[in-house]
Amino acid sequence: MTRFLRLLAVFLLFAAPLRAQEGFEAVVAGLAGGFAAQAEAVERLGALGDPRAVPILRALSEGRLQKSPEGALAIDGRDALTGAPAPTATEAIRINNRVRGALRGAFGRLELASASDAERAAAAAGLFRARSPENIQILEDALGREANPGVRATMERALAASRLAAPDAGVRRQGILMLGGTASPEARGLLLEARTASPDLAPEIDAAVAAIDQRLQLRRVAETAFQGLSLGSVLLLAALGLAVTFGVMGVINMAHGEMVMLGAYTTVVVQEAFRGIPWLFPWALPLSVPAAFLVTAAVGAGLERGLIRHLYGRPLETLLMTFGVGMILQQAVRLAFGAQNREVISPAWMQGVITLPGGVEVTQNRLWIIIFSLLVLGLTVAAIRFTRFGLEMRAVVQNRRIASTMGIRTGRVDAMTFAFGSGIAGMAGVALSQIDNVSPNLGTGYIIDSFMVVVFGGVGSLAGTMIGAFTLGLVNKLLEPWAGAVLAKIAVLVGIMLFIQRRPKGLFALKGRAAEQ
Amino acid sequence: MTARFQLSRRALLAGTAGALAMPAIRPAFAQGAPIKVGVLHSLSGTMAISETALRDTVLMMVENINAKGGLLGRKVEAVVVDPASNWPLFAEKARELLQVHKVDVTFGCWTSVSRKSVLPVFEELNGLLFYPVQYEGEEQSKNVFYTGAAPNQQAIPAVEYLMSEDGGGAKRIALLGTDYVYPRTTNRILRAFLNSKGIADADIMEEYTPFGHSDWQGIVSRVKRFAGEGKKTAIVSTINGDANVPFYRELGNQGIKAEDIPSVAFSVGEEELAGIDTKPLVGHLAAWNYFMSVPGAPNDEFKKMWHAYIKNDKRVTNDPMEATYTGFAMWAQAVTQAKTTAVDAVRTAMYGQKVMAPSGYEEQMWENHHLSKPVMIGEIQGDGQFNIVYKTPTAIKAENWSPFIPENASRRRG
Amino acid sequence: MSATTITPAPRIQGGTILRGLLLAGLAILAMLPVLNRLPPESVLYVSDFVVAVSGKWICYGILALAIDLAWGYAGILSLGHGAFFALGGYAMGMHLMRLIGPRGVYGHPVLPDFMVFLGYTELPWPWWGFSSFPYAMLMALLVPGALAGIVGWLAFRSRITGVYLSIITQAMTYALMLAFFRNDMGFGGNNGFTDFKELLGVPLNTAGARAALFYAALVALGVSLLLCRLVTQSKLGRVLVAVRDAESRVRFLGYNTTSVKLSVFVLSAMLAGLAGALYVPLIGIINPGEFSPGNSIEAVIWVAVGGRGTLVGALLGAFSVNALKTWLTSFAPDLWLFVLGGLFVAVTLFLPRGLVGLLRKGEGR
Repeated sequence: MTRFLRLLAVFLLFAAPLRAQEGFEAVVAGLAGGFAAQAEAVERLGALGDPRAVPILRALSEGRLQKSPEGALAIDGRDALTGAPAPTATEAIRINNRVRGALRGAFGRLELASASDAERAAAAAGLFRARSPENIQILEDALGREANPGVRATMERALAASRLAAPDAGVRRQGILMLGGTASPEARGLLLEARTASPDLAPEIDAAVAAIDQRLQLRRVAETAFQGLSLGSVLLLAALGLAVTFGVMGVINMAHGEMVMLGAYTTVVVQEAFRGIPWLFPWALPLSVPAAFLVTAAVGAGLERGLIRHLYGRPLETLLMTFGVGMILQQAVRLAFGAQNREVISPAWMQGVITLPGGVEVTQNRLWIIIFSLLVLGLTVAAIRFTRFGLEMRAVVQNRRIASTMGIRTGRVDAMTFAFGSGIAGMAGVALSQIDNVSPNLGTGYIIDSFMVVVFGGVGSLAGTMIGAFTLGLVNKLLEPWAGAVLAKIAVLVGIMLFIQRRPKGLFALKGRAAEQ
Repeated sequence: MTARFQLSRRALLAGTAGALAMPAIRPAFAQGAPIKVGVLHSLSGTMAISETALRDTVLMMVENINAKGGLLGRKVEAVVVDPASNWPLFAEKARELLQVHKVDVTFGCWTSVSRKSVLPVFEELNGLLFYPVQYEGEEQSKNVFYTGAAPNQQAIPAVEYLMSEDGGGAKRIALLGTDYVYPRTTNRILRAFLNSKGIADADIMEEYTPFGHSDWQGIVSRVKRFAGEGKKTAIVSTINGDANVPFYRELGNQGIKAEDIPSVAFSVGEEELAGIDTKPLVGHLAAWNYFMSVPGAPNDEFKKMWHAYIKNDKRVTNDPMEATYTGFAMWAQAVTQAKTTAVDAVRTAMYGQKVMAPSGYEEQMWENHHLSKPVMIGEIQGDGQFNIVYKTPTAIKAENWSPFIPENASRRRG
Repeated sequence: MSATTITPAPRIQGGTILRGLLLAGLAILAMLPVLNRLPPESVLYVSDFVVAVSGKWICYGILALAIDLAWGYAGILSLGHGAFFALGGYAMGMHLMRLIGPRGVYGHPVLPDFMVFLGYTELPWPWWGFSSFPYAMLMALLVPGALAGIVGWLAFRSRITGVYLSIITQAMTYALMLAFFRNDMGFGGNNGFTDFKELLGVPLNTAGARAALFYAALVALGVSLLLCRLVTQSKLGRVLVAVRDAESRVRFLGYNTTSVKLSVFVLSAMLAGLAGALYVPLIGIINPGEFSPGNSIEAVIWVAVGGRGTLVGALLGAFSVNALKTWLTSFAPDLWLFVLGGLFVAVTLFLPRGLVGLLRKGEGR
């Protein structure tokens, strides 16, 4: 009963309509002050609950709210309060993180009754972070109205968080029980924070935290596995083209990394070309994939016909020459595009976190890259297995002379195979532009890893390349928490070197006559 | 052998002179050989991204001083060499500047290792080097003037800000850095500072990555976990160069907002942000002694001069450029006062020299060879500029020997 | 996949022009520090800068000899010789750091400065003994030799040859680079070692010390050259060439090719270590950048340009490519990588025997 009275008092104090009418303008004026005054004004606007505050706060958060030297506020050239045309000499009001935090709480209160599911969910999430006992009542009311189960869950968490901050121990206990039933790392953090504030509830909190930890454990394993798969997919993409040129043709292409780099720069160029065409712009990244394939395949074909062809049977010379080609390509790109990193914008569908069943959170861009790498692998296998080009390629690899007497133009097949491998590297470049810097030396970082994957998996075996890439990715990520990123990588390198001594032909050695040469 | 050798040496000299594209010679210089200013910044290799702008800043100052009639009535001439981001080559080129070209002063270096590489050369040949980049301190050479920040002029105020109410009241700090001497030393100082403020070692996370690190998944999720222990957490980043873009991208993708876990960076400035989409980064912080967005006449003048020289209004200015500008202006003042470019005389004249810097503060060179500088904290904006949320009321004197490193108590004074 | 190359058996036969060129070159190099003492007005005066740069080239010359011994004669294309060079350099660097003693900025009697401000309290065990010059020199040879011994033994035993070996040695230097960049290794991280004070009681920052180091490097070059000549002209040298051209056949004839290859690989690594040890006091700094795979492969191209399989070719290549580099990077840095890349392509396609092959042809052989 006392709790209810206290809440009522709080409610009356802040939400009494008469006071609000009077106070609104005065409170809004505070937004033109210093950061501390701004944060206070934002909090009070949230407490007032006046819907007129929403567009003003929205403008403030987006940097569109301006103030004149006299302190009058304007949005997009109109007075923020009256809507009348505002004087021109105004400057944008800037905010800091403290104000941003306050804004989140204020929006939470103001938009909890919004018609849009997304806004209500965002509001509830904001109130979860800006937890305060003052929000208990409005959250309870909102829960009473809410039908959407997803939004309900968010609101329940926000309510529990607010209860955790209540003065009454019984209310807090309610909050602890509710949070203890979740599997949320944020809830865990809140509980631990509350532990210092309320030692009397320590046993309950410890039990709740332990319950959450148990649920989180499996999820953490899953997340580490995902990170390993993600690294593996990057390695797979980088190595797949090499698996074709080195594994199938036996050509050591040290300019392979530069093919990847050219693919990434093709992405930049496609994006720049589409910048002026709004309806096409979101498709820039998917369209870059075929573009990158064609560009790098053309470069690869030229490289094979112009240079590499003359060095067949001399792998060490090929190695040195392609290294020189890589240098030239790098410097050419550096002169053409500048040494600076180029910006590649991620489409909205590749940003943020996606929650998989079981509550495992994974980043969207990494998930897409895993899918993409498997797609590219599938296409490569299909091209080799099911097309005429693939058949001819296999024929030439197995026995060049007989293939030639059967009427296969081996020179053309060589050029096409090399172009194909280079094209795959180009497609890898499109994916890597999403997670790495697009700079002229993008490729150098991947060349040694790619060779290691191909040699480890077994030269000439695409399945070996795939399994090799994912194995190395997973091992790397499993070692990382103990050893740190660098030692994990060194350990993997040394491990591969030792492994190759034991099995010089890699995991999946080709058997039979094709393996001999 | 001989022929090639002699040829290469002569051609080398001719080539250097020819490549220098000297500014047009103004008339009315009095008699006397030109004053030579060496420029020792990488124009190729990994550091070219950062250092090329500093070369241009020095050339701009040279052009500017010649337009005003030179120095001591003599023309000023820049000698540019390219150490190509190769540390041993820095030492070689420093020797070339001092012995072959006989420069009166040198502006150069960015990384600590390049400075450490040239230091013995400048000390042996009694040259004069102006070093314009924020660094880890723990050094003081009579042949070097340090115009960038020491740790107490950047790192410590930034962490104090994070712990303040405005900065979010952080109680737990993740120190993330690239594995080299600047982050290592800075973090050692910060750990001692945090301990002195009552933050226990259990509330400090320290992790290092190699240069150009691009897979931040593991570290960012560890930071997330570290932050989930019930205390307000902040990130202090000494991550260098290229590695920042994938780092910030991972922060954004894993949904870490500046309101929840703010990060403050010491090596991310306007130039580094110029190539990336900063919208997901809004609210993250950087600490410097100058931002391009500083209001006031000195900065407006600096920006105007830069845009006129580089003939491109889109080019940004940044902290090391401002430090180069300030250092050059101070050196010119000292030469005028000493009436000579002789190193020993200029050194003495440098002490106490004051310049109104583009930061809007009067900065002074002290006997410890470091400048007093203001500290500013800026929030990254959507347009790649910084919104200054905090600055110190006055310029702060440098503590190049940090009191937070216990060995400094017994260190011999250099 | 065989690493067989088609270069004929290399022997300096009737190469009088080449031999003359070599001797004249060495004689002129020997004169440089003397000319450096002339008054600067003199026509023949060479500056400290030139002496320092040519000292560096001499060290590169030894490295090129080492690579040529393994690649040109035994057909082992190592893309990791930069690692042996750097390890030799680190051994010398550690000695020089120990000699700084209490003259560091913190005045610690034993620990180098970087250890003091990284909070070390005692000297890590790999540093023990490095205050002694003979020990450090021994390590400069033994550590690269031991590494080459382990890697080579594992590789040659399982008959890993050709490009596989190249890739493995490249991964080796890459792994070492990553390791040495770590500050926790206790080798100074990215900064490496610098600000050396003295060697064998002589302050390093004097013209006299530099001349002495220059002559030391020159003598080492001469000794290496003689040693390589001895090896290649001996019976072992013949077996090496045979192994290079047809390893299985040599094995079937009863030779233990593994130990033949291993011994020459270890010798080659030790020569590279020696080059590194001489390089560091001349240059004044050693850092993990020396391990970068690009450095190793650049050194291989010196040998290819000069002409592998001939000792004079290796030296010719090291000097000419580096002269070109010093000259070109001074006035057209943007062009240098095109030229270097072009060299790789041109030499492999058009000049498989390098400059020496070109000169020999001119001789009407």
